[in-house]
Amino acid sequence: MSEKTLTRMDLSEAVFREVGLSRNESADLVESVLNHVSDALVRGEQVKLSSFGTFSVRDKNARVGRNPKTGQEAPIPPRRVLTFRPSHLMKERVAEGNKS
Amino acid sequence: MIRSELVQIIADENPHLFQRDVERIVNTVFDEITNALAKGERVELRGFGAFSVKKRDARMGRNPRTGESVPVEAKAVPFFKTGKLLRDRLNGKET
Repeated sequence: MSEKTLTRMDLSEAVFREVGLSRNESADLVESVLNHVSDALVRGEQVKLSSFGTFSVRDKNARVGRNPKTGQEAPIPPRRVLTFRPSHLMKERVAEGNKS
Repeated sequence: MIRSELVQIIADENPHLFQRDVERIVNTVFDEITNALAKGERVELRGFGAFSVKKRDARMGRNPRTGESVPVEAKAVPFFKTGKLLRDRLNGKET
């Protein structure tokens, strides 16, 4: 598998190519997309992006965890976690594209 | 929130852009992520999270209806890990 990692810069560059706005504005809009998705999740909303996937927030109860190194018990407070469920289309494309 | 609502919010904030351009911007962001994963690449968006591809080994599955064993091929699946900043924000730790 290739080690290449895309960042915000690559996404901005794609928007710049596709839409023809300035590089600066493209970068701002990519940031805006990510911020609005984050804000909705922080409000506790689910974010459903057809053909991409669904981000949902789940509440986890408090439980007693254990430091795996020392074996010592440590309380884990209740918390909210984010899960991403890829769409069928994304799963299919990722499975097809990475066949060995 | 669904895709069209996301497009609407960004269109409202950017009255100088055509709605169809905003649609293309939103689509490009998510298509680009899918395309990268389909090529086996990672996408790291600091503060938001990272998308990567995980390999699942071939295994013996079971047809839940008949209880029959069926081989399941090895495959690659998309994976998302929440970024630290977003994880903190979800738990009320604004920075």
